[in-house]
Amino acid sequence: MFGAGGGTSSYREAEETNLVILWGSNARETHPIFFHHLLRGVRNGARLVAVDPRRTSSAQWADVWLGIDVGSDIALANAMARVIIHAGLANKEFIERATTGYEEFARCVEAYTLEVAEKETGVPADAIRDVALEYARAERAMICWTLGITEHHNATDNVLALINLALLTGKVGRYGCGLNPLRGQNNVQGGGDMGAIPARLPGFQDLQEPDIHAKFSRAWGGAQFPDKKGYHLSEMFDAMEHGELTAAYIVGENPARSEADQTRAVRLLGGLEHLVVQDIFLTQTAELAHVVLPATAGWAESDGTVTNSERRVQRVRRALEPPVGARDDLEIIGELARRLGCDWGRPTAEQVWDECRELSPMHAGMSYARLDELGGIQWPCPDESHPGTQFLHARLWKDPVEGMPAPFHAVEHDPPVDRLTKDFPIRLTTGRRLDSFNTGVQSNQYSSPLRKREALLISPADGERLGIHDGERVLASSRRGSVEVPIRFDESLRPGLAFLTLHFPDQVATNVLTIDATDPKSGTAEFKASAIRIEKLPAGIRT
Amino acid sequence: MAERVFVGLPKRLVKVSIDGQEMDVLEGATILDACRQLRIDTPTLCQLETLTPVNVCRVCVVEVEGSRVLVPACSRTVEAGMKIQTDSERVRHSRRLVLELLASSVDMSLCSPQVHGWMRRYGATPERFGENVATVAQPVKIDNDLYVRDYSRCILCYKCVEACGADAQNTFAIGVAGRGFDAHIATEFTAPLPESACVYCGNCIGVCPTGALMFKSEYDMRQAGTWDESQQTVTETVCPYCGVGCMLELHVQDNSIVKVTSPLDHSVTEGHLCVKGRFGFEFVQRRRG
Repeated sequence: MFGAGGGTSSYREAEETNLVILWGSNARETHPIFFHHLLRGVRNGARLVAVDPRRTSSAQWADVWLGIDVGSDIALANAMARVIIHAGLANKEFIERATTGYEEFARCVEAYTLEVAEKETGVPADAIRDVALEYARAERAMICWTLGITEHHNATDNVLALINLALLTGKVGRYGCGLNPLRGQNNVQGGGDMGAIPARLPGFQDLQEPDIHAKFSRAWGGAQFPDKKGYHLSEMFDAMEHGELTAAYIVGENPARSEADQTRAVRLLGGLEHLVVQDIFLTQTAELAHVVLPATAGWAESDGTVTNSERRVQRVRRALEPPVGARDDLEIIGELARRLGCDWGRPTAEQVWDECRELSPMHAGMSYARLDELGGIQWPCPDESHPGTQFLHARLWKDPVEGMPAPFHAVEHDPPVDRLTKDFPIRLTTGRRLDSFNTGVQSNQYSSPLRKREALLISPADGERLGIHDGERVLASSRRGSVEVPIRFDESLRPGLAFLTLHFPDQVATNVLTIDATDPKSGTAEFKASAIRIEKLPAGIRT
Repeated sequence: MAERVFVGLPKRLVKVSIDGQEMDVLEGATILDACRQLRIDTPTLCQLETLTPVNVCRVCVVEVEGSRVLVPACSRTVEAGMKIQTDSERVRHSRRLVLELLASSVDMSLCSPQVHGWMRRYGATPERFGENVATVAQPVKIDNDLYVRDYSRCILCYKCVEACGADAQNTFAIGVAGRGFDAHIATEFTAPLPESACVYCGNCIGVCPTGALMFKSEYDMRQAGTWDESQQTVTETVCPYCGVGCMLELHVQDNSIVKVTSPLDHSVTEGHLCVKGRFGFEFVQRRRG
């Protein structure tokens, strides 16, 4: 955010803050060890607010639970901003010194009265006002979010709406304050940091900036880069649809199960002229491939680094000999390069990292020796005497402000694409459970005593209304497809809301139901909001 | 570019004397911290840096001038002018008796070599109470695939309860039930783990000093006679699941992960993990056929 794509705070700060707003995150189950830090904060007296459509196990720890309607986050954030402005609690000095775009933002949120917000979000006006005032008045406050914010067709706007709140109140760039996306997967942060974002190079450096372009070109033997921005994931699938993208090289990802609107994803992947999959398993995606490259498991069978949600670069190390035939990602990429006519030699992971340090200023001070010694280092770390950066954007409090001011972005509420209608009256949202992970490729292989068969969770009230009993198999349908699934009543859901995970695609193909409406800026699909109907199966099929 | 780093409020130094040696200790430190600063090896069983002291094992007791009773070094904070004896006859006698009483009723054979070292140092002879004395011996509880509970080895140090409770996990699946000699660690209504509140983080195993709580993988190998720590390597790496970045220590024997721990002194985990990090490693084993 504002030029640096990473969480601004350290986990430790959650222990010493006064208020945490957990927004669209069930960290108790999805980031359990971060939640330990947060609970220490709660025990030290911090207040916890959970914004979530479900009364999750995280929300059960909260002082206040705002049971928001799925996809109405911007309406809530804008209304909170309006309350703060009208109460005279906006941090005028900070806004003046360190931000831009306030006037337009203030005009935009003026339309989000508490009445409007209550109608759009389903959250009582009083609760919205109280949380807004509490956030503004807290000495230190953090906002933490996960996929409840980002798996929407307007994901980027959702994030901007949260950033606005922090800028409005000056709750960023100070110890115990900040804006923290909790990364859902190991090294999502590191992947982005290393340039796995269209038009970015390692260290978030912009490929389209001539100086950057020239620096990398010099380092890489005069290499020329494409001058147009690449595709993000959802655009790739659109390009497949249009026949523009005919070959794909997929490394460590299972889009045949993880993509929204799975039927379409499998059709497009199956229709490619050439598909290469590099993975540690023969995943459902690998089964569609023309070539499969067996790889080593990055965290236990090879050396390298990953980066966590507090921007900490950490070493992974080889503990096991890989199975026969599996090769290190680095070796596979090197061999591919050789076949394509470039001899990169056989660099070790450390040599590759040292090259990264030369080219990416924010990683420059992180030698392997220092990473070992310090238990990882938080970026930016520009030189070998730098301890790493505990929290970002202290620059906004310098006098005068260092670097570019932080911009407000006026963003408008835009409800989920998959509208609720008479035919599809129930909102389906998705998420994770504590013991499982994504499409289950890794997590389904250990024996978890917590694991239950996948079921469509609905509120008991909906079950009664639909004449469905707990455990009954039903037909759940969205505008894209149908799945048969057993029902389980869940008290954490309000009427009209249903929940599935993506963990057991062989039991329930959840992504047959989900919508691939995507955020044009980040390319994230709206996994969190599908419209479904639930029907009883004909007698005889029911269990 | 260096940013402000929060280091807390400044602390004063306190003068104390330990075994006749004068020293300065940070205000708020415990006697144990001070002893460690002087490299005085102090026995502890229920104490752990990441847990709140519960003062139950009494093996760390020291003599403080002016105090009628011996005081637990792990929890008593230093005060200016304190005169502390860590190796007086009274201290040695008390430490010996604590170790003897525990070892006579509990199977302490799997305690760390350090604990056996303390037994020797203090001349603990648990046998002197006779054979078949009061004992907590009982069958091993095996009610799930991830870990076993062998309360024949439990010295009631409370560490598992603390780690499951307010000090880390905040799940409160276990507590101390019963009183006096009947005191024991139990789930609610002594339900089997799968019917309890347990979420299988294994943080109780991580802190258990006696092997009463043990990974099923380790237990099975011990039963089969194949567990061999001399053949194991320990490698630090990072958990492959969510983006928190928990440090893992992979214990590997014969190219198989046999257990997973986390370093106590790492800022991300402080030794604690979730069920996926602790037990979710099977997927790398299974592809070895």
